[in-house]
Amino acid sequence: MNLILFTFIVLLGFTSYYFGRKKAYTIQSTKKRLTALPQFYGYYLAIWCAIPAFIIFSLWAIFEPTIVKLLILSDYSNQGYLDDELNLIYEKTKALSRGQFTGEITPFIEASAEKYLSLRSIAQSSKVVIVLSAIIASVAYAYKRISSNSRTREPVEKFLNAVLFTASLAAILTTVGIVFSLIFQTIDFFKVIPLFDFVFGTHWYPAKAFVRDSSEALDPTMYSDTFGAVPIFAGTFFIAFIAMCVAIPIGLMSGIYLAEYASTKVRQYAKPLIEILAGIPTVVYGFFAALTVGPFLKELGTSMGLEVSAESALAAGGVMGIMIIPFISSLSDDVITSVPQSLRDGSYAMGATKSETIKRVIFPAALPGIVGSILLGVSRAIGETMIVVMASGLAANLTLNPLESTSTITAQIVVILIGDQAFGDPKTQAAFALGMSLFLVTLCLNIVALRVVKKYREKYE
Amino acid sequence: MIKIKAKDVDVFYGKKQALYNISLDIEENQVTALIGPSGCGKSTFLRCLNRMNDVIDICSVKGEILINDFNINDKSCDVVRLREKIGMVFQKPNPFPKTLYENVSYGPTIHGMAQSKQEMDEIVETSLKKAALWEEVKDRLHEPGTGLSGGQQQRLCIARAISVRPEVILMDEPCSALDPIATAQIEELIDELKKEHTIIIVTHSMAQAARVSQNTGFFHLGQLIEHGSTDKIFKNPDNKKTQDYITGRFG
Repeated sequence: MNLILFTFIVLLGFTSYYFGRKKAYTIQSTKKRLTALPQFYGYYLAIWCAIPAFIIFSLWAIFEPTIVKLLILSDYSNQGYLDDELNLIYEKTKALSRGQFTGEITPFIEASAEKYLSLRSIAQSSKVVIVLSAIIASVAYAYKRISSNSRTREPVEKFLNAVLFTASLAAILTTVGIVFSLIFQTIDFFKVIPLFDFVFGTHWYPAKAFVRDSSEALDPTMYSDTFGAVPIFAGTFFIAFIAMCVAIPIGLMSGIYLAEYASTKVRQYAKPLIEILAGIPTVVYGFFAALTVGPFLKELGTSMGLEVSAESALAAGGVMGIMIIPFISSLSDDVITSVPQSLRDGSYAMGATKSETIKRVIFPAALPGIVGSILLGVSRAIGETMIVVMASGLAANLTLNPLESTSTITAQIVVILIGDQAFGDPKTQAAFALGMSLFLVTLCLNIVALRVVKKYREKYE
Repeated sequence: MIKIKAKDVDVFYGKKQALYNISLDIEENQVTALIGPSGCGKSTFLRCLNRMNDVIDICSVKGEILINDFNINDKSCDVVRLREKIGMVFQKPNPFPKTLYENVSYGPTIHGMAQSKQEMDEIVETSLKKAALWEEVKDRLHEPGTGLSGGQQQRLCIARAISVRPEVILMDEPCSALDPIATAQIEELIDELKKEHTIIIVTHSMAQAARVSQNTGFFHLGQLIEHGSTDKIFKNPDNKKTQDYITGRFG
């Protein structure tokens, strides 16, 4: 029903566009000068069609359910029901009206369900009537107002401005909302678990909080030694470090090769190929690490007499490094290519060789950009989840042995939030605290990276 | 005395021929100006003289260019040594994003010309003095070279070029990005530099060619139309095209 109405409104919009433009042509044919191109008159009418439709639709979406609920529940008022019970009755009514109710049907509820259906249909048809009449009224009003000297271009431009502004506002507000939900949950978490225990504790064992008997009173002391984040922070940075040990040298060298040494033809094929690496889903890297690299390292280690866990930090970090190579190589290729040719010419004209030019002129000039690309790579490594979950295990060991398994912030968030969880439980809130700290770390890295890249740009512009 | 002797030089960019049969002698310790309308090949010819066209993949050079009677297009020619002998100053000042000191010491460092810090200091100082920049920058040698004004940057690039004591200096429209005062300073400098170096300058300004050069070559559509002493070219050219260009009838 709504879909038909919507299609109809869109058609109305096109029609009003057509009429607006036609009127403009008519005015033009009387040798009067228009204040804007004919299309603007069309857009102007279409906007007059879209705005009332949008306003009425949103008002309806906001108020219709509330009003219907009030009307239904008015039958039950003064009968001593509690709010929770009233809500339950309303939910039962809705379910019954959809034919999805399986419990015992009382005559009361049946009556409510019928009333609900009739209310809904009244609401629906009145919506159609109101929307259509509003549209027709507003379009007719605007159509009458169009004359040779009416302003249509300015309102259209203003409308576009408002639409674009709303879009960016939506993006910003969502981000702010997410951050705030993180902040409040984190604050709740730190009301139970002292900040000090979280930041400096060396035991991370959230399962302990999970096995607590739910009938027990919430006793903060039982959480001591449960949410110490040091092992997972250490694990995160350790795995990210291993990843960067793989990604920086390979990425940087391939970036330099692509930018300076590769012929146009090689570059033409090699660059997209390397960028394909960036398109592989991380879960694929994850099972590559878990099923291929991990067992291979274990066998290799065993043959050399080393104790290697099948799920090792080395396997996860190494594969993560491969995942990050394209970021570093592609970005550093870009910054090296954007070093002005005049600097290369200047260096070659002094009799410098290619490697001298790269080492002494191009690399220093591109360094801020390269550092920026590396920092972006690091924040990817820190935020990476799937590879760690699949290849490095879920137990948070405090270790610096790359052959043992360890865990990261992101992997622990997954562990905590898989399966049943209750809001307001410290275990669930721990995920928010972890998310918050992860957010802060990557935010700082990104800010530093952007600053560095900006500084680099200023130097040449 | 003849320093550079070009014989039948052809240059191609891919399939397109940019220079046709250029033969030109360049006198030692004199300034030779190359003039002509845009796209006539004068910069291309200049870049042949220190093999900078090697940098461009699709560019190929044919013919002989003898410098001190040695053909630089020969396989046995070491480009690194060649460019040590033939310095170059570009149209747009292109100091490296390093300090003034590092900019000037760049050439001597890569060619291993200084044995000690002291020696390097001396090279930097003499080069900057010769480029008439020393007095202006001696207190800020360790500040970035990109912070100088346009004219100062161009003199820094000249100091960088002469730091390795090249025999020839190629200048590709060195004043086109500069204001008249900075231009006058560079021109004065060119006059001074020709005592020790052979200078070849590409310029769009005929007044500049007349002021600074002793010899002039006129290029048009990839051909060397006429060359000879600047006096003769400007006062009594043999070719009508030269006459038209000099008097501003085209180009």
